Amino acid sequence: MSSTAQSGPNTKHATPAPQTAPLSYEPDLTADVLVVGGGPAATWAAVKAAENGASVVLADKGYCGSSGATAAAGTGVWYVPPHPEDRAAAKASREALGGHLANHHWMDRVLDQTWHNVHELAEVSRYPFPVDAEGRQLRRGLQGPEYMRRMRLRVQRAGVRVLDHSPVLELLVDEDGSVAGAAGYRRQEDRPFRVRSGAVVLATGGCAFLSRALGCNVNTGDGYLMAAEAGAAMSGMEFSNAYAIAPKFTSVTKTAYYRYATFYHADGSVLEGAGSAKGRSVIARTLLSEGTVLCRLDQADEAARRAMRLGQANFFLPFDRLGIDPFTQMFPVTLLAEGTVRGTGGIRITGDDCRTEVPGLYAAGDAATRELICGGFTGGGSHNAAWAMSSGTWAGRGASSFARTLGEYTHHRALTPLGRAGLRPSGTTRGQAGDHRLVVEAVQREVLPYDKNYLREGARLTTALESLNDIWRELRHGLAGGGETTVRARQAAAMAATGRWMYTAALARTETRGMHKRADFPALDDPGQRRRLITGGLDELWTVPESAAPVHTTVAEAAAA
Amino acid sequence: MIEVVSRSRCVGCDLCIRVCPTDVFERDTDGIPVIARQEDCQTCFSCEIYCPVDALYVAPLTGPAPDGSPHREEEHLAATGALGAYRRTVGWGGGRTPGSRYDRNHLFTAGMTGQPGTRPNPLSGPGLPQAESPGPDLASPH
Repeated sequence: MSSTAQSGPNTKHATPAPQTAPLSYEPDLTADVLVVGGGPAATWAAVKAAENGASVVLADKGYCGSSGATAAAGTGVWYVPPHPEDRAAAKASREALGGHLANHHWMDRVLDQTWHNVHELAEVSRYPFPVDAEGRQLRRGLQGPEYMRRMRLRVQRAGVRVLDHSPVLELLVDEDGSVAGAAGYRRQEDRPFRVRSGAVVLATGGCAFLSRALGCNVNTGDGYLMAAEAGAAMSGMEFSNAYAIAPKFTSVTKTAYYRYATFYHADGSVLEGAGSAKGRSVIARTLLSEGTVLCRLDQADEAARRAMRLGQANFFLPFDRLGIDPFTQMFPVTLLAEGTVRGTGGIRITGDDCRTEVPGLYAAGDAATRELICGGFTGGGSHNAAWAMSSGTWAGRGASSFARTLGEYTHHRALTPLGRAGLRPSGTTRGQAGDHRLVVEAVQREVLPYDKNYLREGARLTTALESLNDIWRELRHGLAGGGETTVRARQAAAMAATGRWMYTAALARTETRGMHKRADFPALDDPGQRRRLITGGLDELWTVPESAAPVHTTVAEAAAA
Repeated sequence: MIEVVSRSRCVGCDLCIRVCPTDVFERDTDGIPVIARQEDCQTCFSCEIYCPVDALYVAPLTGPAPDGSPHREEEHLAATGALGAYRRTVGWGGGRTPGSRYDRNHLFTAGMTGQPGTRPNPLSGPGLPQAESPGPDLASPH
């Protein structure tokens, strides 16, 4: 273990390393299950693993309770009563939008599990749901701060050891390639830590490329990179171009509210065809060609206005604090990239317990693909919330069961660290590729612009992918850090990797399906491409249709076939 | 971005240092948190709702507020009621009703999910707060 990010020859221009070899981890823990992340999926995974008898450590990059896309927002929940007609309608509503890539077996079990978990939120966590005139709780919405505060408490009461401000940097594997723990960095203590574990759940969120969309800057694709280094694949990475409407210069996204909006050119004339749902591409094109799009929520009547204030209170913070009445005054809007946070791509799931291709490694929440329940259409809001609590539950139980099968052997395995890009560069060249800030900016230039990622076209995708491949080659050779800088370097590397999988899949899908719209292939739903795409690799990328290896096929699907 | 830590209000509980998801704050030599890495602030407003003494203010801008901006003037923000306004709305703090009790979010997302009730009719259900709407508290600093 002489070559690590905190030592070795590559820290010349980086922050001085606080540790010298031999490395001492503080803390150096053992647990049955390590959960990486601190949002809804991570907290449900930790709780359910603990309830299954496992000792659990939860390590979050930020603070478990405020971290991630949910904690900062209000969200609907795909919470549907267990009546056959309601469930059938709920499933059918997204089928075509999602490009027929969702799976009924998974939709059914997510609806069942969500029904159960929301009940637990009410009964165990005593979440203060609103009530109707008859005193019945309305359980189809959650306010992020309240939800996540209560989930943190539940995690702690379950005996889980929580490490805040402790970004995990890399996975550790045993001789067989099974994931056996992870190492990271405690940024407020300025020292590395390690957890040896029987299994690891990655619940690290998606990747929004540091776009400053509300709550998303902790979501930089870290889990994808770590999973890929262990040998896991991604699925649905072409469904990664979610953009949310926000007042210009602000972070606050809440696209559902813009259904009450009228959009305007800078001169105040109505922008025809623009809208929050189907008309968002009109907004993108106008922002590209004219630079400005104005908006006014003038379709909202008094009743809607009051209800909006109560749905997501921080939606109005920018307006109130800037002195704008959004219902009567026009304000400029922008589209903020939400990448895979509200896209549906992520780590490929290969079993009902949210396992991945790698033994001992599980994925949940936005870190995992959500195609299983919403295909290629945005998983934002209610579906993602339902998926997070369901997949978190299954991953927590699955990981704890896996750890139990290892028995005594668990903590006596020789560990090999897997982190490469941004952590253990292959060369010593510095310069541009050695500065994580420049790497982030270079990646953002390829993944944020509307004419590259949102309004997709083959030649532009190819050029952008070539640039990202160049960025990757250079950073793989020369990007490293020391201490806190290592965290930043890994984020930059994860963003570059995510962008490459995203465009590799986007080029492979030569049609328009779900949120993936190709200007050069505008025809919708090519029957020959009605299957998910698996993408993977680090230095060399690959992509194949899932039909070649249909491990998602379940008993239910097989019976139907 | 976070712009104001009120030194007169702060009680040194360090909660903001703990809860900021992007680790923006650091403890100063006198124990009061300082904004050490403003460029990392993601403008999520989380620190405001956790602060028990309404000592923090996050300007609603994803870049730093310019010199002389009212978003950086503590006295002005206090006078207009902006300090602590979001915490009041969320309903955190002694004696307050959780804002989630008034949530009507499901009405806005219903049509997007195939759940019952596809058309938002936000006042069709009772349970909305009658007298104390949180709106007026969110005064503009202008």
